[in-house]
Amino acid sequence: MSDVFKALADPTRRAILDELADRDGQTLFEICGRLAGKHGLGSSRQAISQHIDVLAQAGLVETRRDGRYKFHHLNTGPLRHLTDRWLAPEPEEKP
Amino acid sequence: MARARTGGEAVKIYVTSVLVDDQRKALQFYTDVLGFQAKRDVPLGEHSWLTVVSPHAPDGVELLLEPDAHPAVKPYKEALVADGIPAASFQVDDVRAEFERLSSRGVRFTQEPVEMGEVTTAVFDDTCGNLIQIVQM
Repeated sequence: MSDVFKALADPTRRAILDELADRDGQTLFEICGRLAGKHGLGSSRQAISQHIDVLAQAGLVETRRDGRYKFHHLNTGPLRHLTDRWLAPEPEEKP
Repeated sequence: MARARTGGEAVKIYVTSVLVDDQRKALQFYTDVLGFQAKRDVPLGEHSWLTVVSPHAPDGVELLLEPDAHPAVKPYKEALVADGIPAASFQVDDVRAEFERLSSRGVRFTQEPVEMGEVTTAVFDDTCGNLIQIVQM
């Protein structure tokens, strides 16, 4: 869980998740293009690659090989129970 | 005294190249599928000096379909393709229309059209070991 918070703490990594939510399954080149073109983030490819590694360690991004290409996919699973710790259960409706 | 490098001297791009795994297959893809025109086909031993041009600029910059036989080339191409990085970029009037047209002919895109401000781009596989970007601007 701490990996998820660490991954989400960085604005570039949140932008990567935004773009993968826009279209799932992107090459490193497409992610870099979107960050530069749509978010004005001019990080190097190597830096973006390292950000993707952090997201992958947190389980938020999965990298899959498809023949000669490598695509990155969003996995929202680790986000689902993020707030269980603090949110009280919904009060039960009274009949 | 050497002439100043800035201003006076006109350096012009007349040819640029993509490294292809098979020149004849490449010629077919670049003409029949992409729509370039064959320009030069000069036999040079095992390979040829094989160029194509845009039908809009038959006397413009030539694209050399260059053999990729050097042992350094294949790992280089494979690494670029894995990360989705194009070997060349070509301009089109309408990226979405080209995406539909090429997809219908079985061309595999690694990046579907993405709009980024004034520019729309897409990336496809040229079947000769390269990714190619098309740009509308």
